Amino acid sequence: MCTVRGLTKTYPALRARRGAPAAPEVRATDGVELDVRRGEIFGLLGPNGAGKSTLVRQLTGLMRPDRGTVRILGHDIVAHPERAARILAYLGQESTALDELTVSLAAETTGRLRGLSLRQARAERDAVLDELGLAPIAGRPLKKLSGGQRRLACVAAALVGERPLLVLDEPTTGMDPVARRAVWAAVDRRRAERGTTVVLVTHNVIEAETVLDRVAVLDRGRVIACDTPSALKERVADEVRVELVWRERAPLEVPEVAALKERAVESGRRWTLRLAPEEARTAVATVTGGAAFAALDDFTLATPSLEDVYLALGGAARQGLVKG
Amino acid sequence: MSVVPADVLPGTTAVQDGDAGRPAVLGPSARLWPSLAAVYRSQLSRARVARIPLLFVATFQSVGIMIMMRGVVDGAGEARYVVAGASVVVVAHVALNLLAQYFGQLRAGGGLDHYATLPVPPAAVVLGAAAAYASFTVPGTLVTAVFGCVLFGLPLGNLWVLAAVIPLAGAALSGLGAVCGLLAPRPELATLLGQLGMSAALLLGVLPPDRMPGAVRLLRDLLPSTYGVEAYARTFAARPDWALVLADMAVCAGVGVVSLAVATRAYRRASVR
Ligand SMILES: Nc1ncnc2c1ncn2[C@@H]1O[C@H](COP(=O)(O)OP(=O)(O)O)[C@@H](O)[C@H]1O
Ligand SMILES: [Mg+2]
Repeated sequence: MCTVRGLTKTYPALRARRGAPAAPEVRATDGVELDVRRGEIFGLLGPNGAGKSTLVRQLTGLMRPDRGTVRILGHDIVAHPERAARILAYLGQESTALDELTVSLAAETTGRLRGLSLRQARAERDAVLDELGLAPIAGRPLKKLSGGQRRLACVAAALVGERPLLVLDEPTTGMDPVARRAVWAAVDRRRAERGTTVVLVTHNVIEAETVLDRVAVLDRGRVIACDTPSALKERVADEVRVELVWRERAPLEVPEVAALKERAVESGRRWTLRLAPEEARTAVATVTGGAAFAALDDFTLATPSLEDVYLALGGAARQGLVKG
Repeated sequence: MSVVPADVLPGTTAVQDGDAGRPAVLGPSARLWPSLAAVYRSQLSRARVARIPLLFVATFQSVGIMIMMRGVVDGAGEARYVVAGASVVVVAHVALNLLAQYFGQLRAGGGLDHYATLPVPPAAVVLGAAAAYASFTVPGTLVTAVFGCVLFGLPLGNLWVLAAVIPLAGAALSGLGAVCGLLAPRPELATLLGQLGMSAALLLGVLPPDRMPGAVRLLRDLLPSTYGVEAYARTFAARPDWALVLADMAVCAGVGVVSLAVATRAYRRASVR
């Protein structure tokens, strides 16, 4: 369905200018290889700055890669970027082009520009607005809506006018759970009825675990793993995540705590540790008894999530992924 | 999440799977006129949300200039230029200045991605926006022209010629505005260029040309809005020279065609990075 080989893109270094510091060159995607199958919800997971947006902009013909190939349904998108618009629908991270339109006109205009007749565009607009629960606010301009509502309106625009491939860059950012469910139901219906394929960018771990069939984990422009969420979690199944929150500071005078510090990822008063079950039990016993307990504010034990997978694979960012 | 396994999905998509060797059939693209109409309509509706205060500003500015110039102008000959110039300044303000700003911001904010991932001809996006901005100028231009004629005691009989002057000057100026907005490397620069263009149209348009030094007159002749001003100013004559009016409008039309073509190319370039 969609095959990516050796995709590489480097942003040139920026010279310092008033108000903007100099920036070194950034290799935003680095030899990326992907095979997305038909009818699949395929995720790109990674912290901010991992190169997810840069990657999907190359998939959608918006950006020419320095090297590498993108083939979608047999079409070479690097050589013919204009064909992408006739194969896929893209939801970018920005809504600038639609901000001053009403929800209804944003969906209708997008449908017309996707080649629908006025009648078709209006019929599809009505169906999609109903499907996503946007009908009550159809007459309001996007920029007067909350962030989540605006995002939902942009999803609506992306869904008007059928396409076999949907490329969605963080579609559910800012949405409440009801809106999220509406989006996933709409996506799933298209897949069940028409075999629609979805490439989804996310930095949300829970979302990745629940909606994706397969996920590629991106870190600093490289795919560091690609599998089903459960298979990825298998890789760290022999580990338990322990989170400790100290009241003020960790009681390092306790030798066992000082030993744990070596293995902890620290973030303020919070320590995160990935331990074998046996070690985890010992650690919890240490901090819940004796001198350390007085300094402890809270602790949790959890089975590993995709975030742990990311960290176990050597992901560099310590706080880029969102858990909720 | 889905209960449907990927390999037993129905094959009824508009684009058939081309993995079996041959590339898939592409989905439809939008044709020029319907998509131009759709862009035009959506742009017009933006005016309701965002542009109405700005249109007032354009009109007040021109009306104010005419009131100020009342004590300065000398006879009907000069008053013609003041009224025609002030009317065309409304067009310059909206079509050149605001459109440059719009495209500059759209480009900087990633808004061009939206259009670039839709199968729409670049000309439809540029012409639709340009036509909409030219339309925004109609009420302000009419109000300015009528007010000016009454203020300076000029005949209202040939006001109809604005029906040709507004779209032609509008095409020329919005074309330039779009070029500024799409070629300027930064949005602030696009705004600056648009404002400079408008200031030039203002200074060189409302002052009677007879009093200008030679170099300034040359500059005036290089400005496309001048030909809109000239065309309209000529129609106040007792017996207008319609051939010259037509010639002036032809210049506007020519500049319009060229600048809109350049803007379309600039758009194409700006949308693939
Ligand atoms: N236009 C640009 N110019 C220079 N660097 C950029 C540009 N866009 C993104 N980058 C850099 O490229 C890297 C990847 O960015 P991006 O693809 O937006 O990541 P993500 O979507 O995963 O958050 C980041 O380090 C970012 O700072
Ligand atoms: Mg991004």
